[in-house]
Amino acid sequence: MSDPTHLSLAEARDALVAKKLSATELTKAHIEAIEKARALNAFLTETPELALEAARDSDARIARGEARPLEGLPLGIKDLYCTKGVRTTAASRILDDFTPTYESTVSANLWRDGALMLGKLNLDEFAMGSSNETSAFGPVVSPWRRKKGEGFDDAKIVPGGSSGGSSAAVAARLALGATATDTGGSIRQPAAFTGTVGIKPTYGRCSRWGIVAFASSLDQAGPITRTVRDAAIMLRSMAGHDPKDTTSVDAPVPDYEAAIGASVKGRRIGIPKEYRIGGGAEINALWDQGVAWLRDAGAEIVEISLPHTRFALPAYYIIAPAEASSNLARYDGVRYGLREKGRDIADMYEKTRAKGFGAEVRRRVMIGAYVLSHGYYDAFYVRAQKIRSLIKRDFDEAFAAGVDAVLTPATPSTAFAQGEKGAADPVEMYLNDIFTVTVNMAGLPGIAVPGGLGADGLPLGLQLIGRPFDEATLFSLAAALESAAPKIDFPQPWWTDAK
Amino acid sequence: MSVDQATVRRIAHLARIAVEDQEVERLGAELNAILDFVAELSSVDVEGVEPLTSVLPMQMKKRQDVVTDGGFADAILANAPEKDDHYFVVPKVVE
Repeated sequence: MSDPTHLSLAEARDALVAKKLSATELTKAHIEAIEKARALNAFLTETPELALEAARDSDARIARGEARPLEGLPLGIKDLYCTKGVRTTAASRILDDFTPTYESTVSANLWRDGALMLGKLNLDEFAMGSSNETSAFGPVVSPWRRKKGEGFDDAKIVPGGSSGGSSAAVAARLALGATATDTGGSIRQPAAFTGTVGIKPTYGRCSRWGIVAFASSLDQAGPITRTVRDAAIMLRSMAGHDPKDTTSVDAPVPDYEAAIGASVKGRRIGIPKEYRIGGGAEINALWDQGVAWLRDAGAEIVEISLPHTRFALPAYYIIAPAEASSNLARYDGVRYGLREKGRDIADMYEKTRAKGFGAEVRRRVMIGAYVLSHGYYDAFYVRAQKIRSLIKRDFDEAFAAGVDAVLTPATPSTAFAQGEKGAADPVEMYLNDIFTVTVNMAGLPGIAVPGGLGADGLPLGLQLIGRPFDEATLFSLAAALESAAPKIDFPQPWWTDAK
Repeated sequence: MSVDQATVRRIAHLARIAVEDQEVERLGAELNAILDFVAELSSVDVEGVEPLTSVLPMQMKKRQDVVTDGGFADAILANAPEKDDHYFVVPKVVE
């Protein structure tokens, strides 16, 4: 068989079961691709021996006719997921060489279904960032490059964030799929920047247990893959109730793959006029194109209003840092991770946290401490929570009026280059999440699907937002967009001899 | 609303993060940029609106109040920066 890294996850699954390919061959091909792609800095930890051991076990199971749903499929795991016996960093110095003695529920669900781990993927520190530039272990380089004349520009393009290692690894064919997490857009924005598919499911669909917490009322796990079908396959295994996370929902997980190819005829798609302002001409043109694709597929298009949209990002930048400052209080140098010596225990805390946290994490923890502090709590935090109610109400009303899903752009523009955004003003970087953050605030499912390439040759994505727990409809609509949109040709591996 | 240098130091202390003197001015400017960005929220009419604390209209599951887990002190201490037997070791707290 030709290069097995060029198979989709679904194709690889079928080839393994048909014994046209072994899990060992498939895994070796990915390990070799990872070794040649270190210039991208997508992996923080590579686990080739563990992967090959699991592949041999998968081959034995397939030979016995006992293949599980994801048997022998090599995946990358965002280094925010705790993995038993494998160092987990959250891309922060403060976790030092923390090695969990337990496995996150979502990754355990993937291993239960037969998948195997290639290694741990880079991310923004504690998932705080939109470009993967806040990682304590250096930025991830996107496999995509800007067009320049007949060739390519030298500028290093960001893969989005915070799940930038996940999006880069999947787009560069270093893994068949990857886990990711999304607090304000950290699955969908990197997917849009790399021409991949990323879904943030409904809040409560996946367990958060064993995933390093950022903002607990917003965080959700989800996959990044190269096709809509692959995302459906992965999410089915990742999702489900977990007694260890009381916010995970005890409801059956549908066979999402069955939704791929289902007719979207008569589905009502809302187009929120407030989203027209956030992006450039190019993304607005793609949005119009997406409307036409869904209309051609038989969907009914209706204009809707989500009047509190513009307040979502500012409210997010109160709620998320407040929850982060509370969650990150645990990094105190006592039970795990980095410890800096101090005069007394308070001095030890302060020195440990000053050394261990990067600039963006420190900013957010301080903003969070401020908005929760005496005298500011009502004016900032409670007010932001009230505005969150209004944002959710906007969506509730649109869905009550019969809308099945909402179509928006995923990002305001194509990806930018390293160092181009946020250096002088942190807010400039935050604006990347303008189309995605409302979805977390309302707890809804959202999927990013590639729509084509911009004039600079970089991918652009569309976003579909669904009713709570109606991921199946999103997969049907996303598959319709995917089949109408121009096919994404992922970059040739220029990085194999890059330094 | 804008934070001054004394407030930056107070917030840093609340957050238990040591700051160097030469960082205070830059940190203040960064925090003020974020506070300026969120300032437009004060224009929203939130009269009578309940704060949203859970996006799901669900009852949290309850279970019997019994011990269901535990007995693995070694695993809990495995990553401790400093330990003694089954204890975390910290600098002296009480003189």
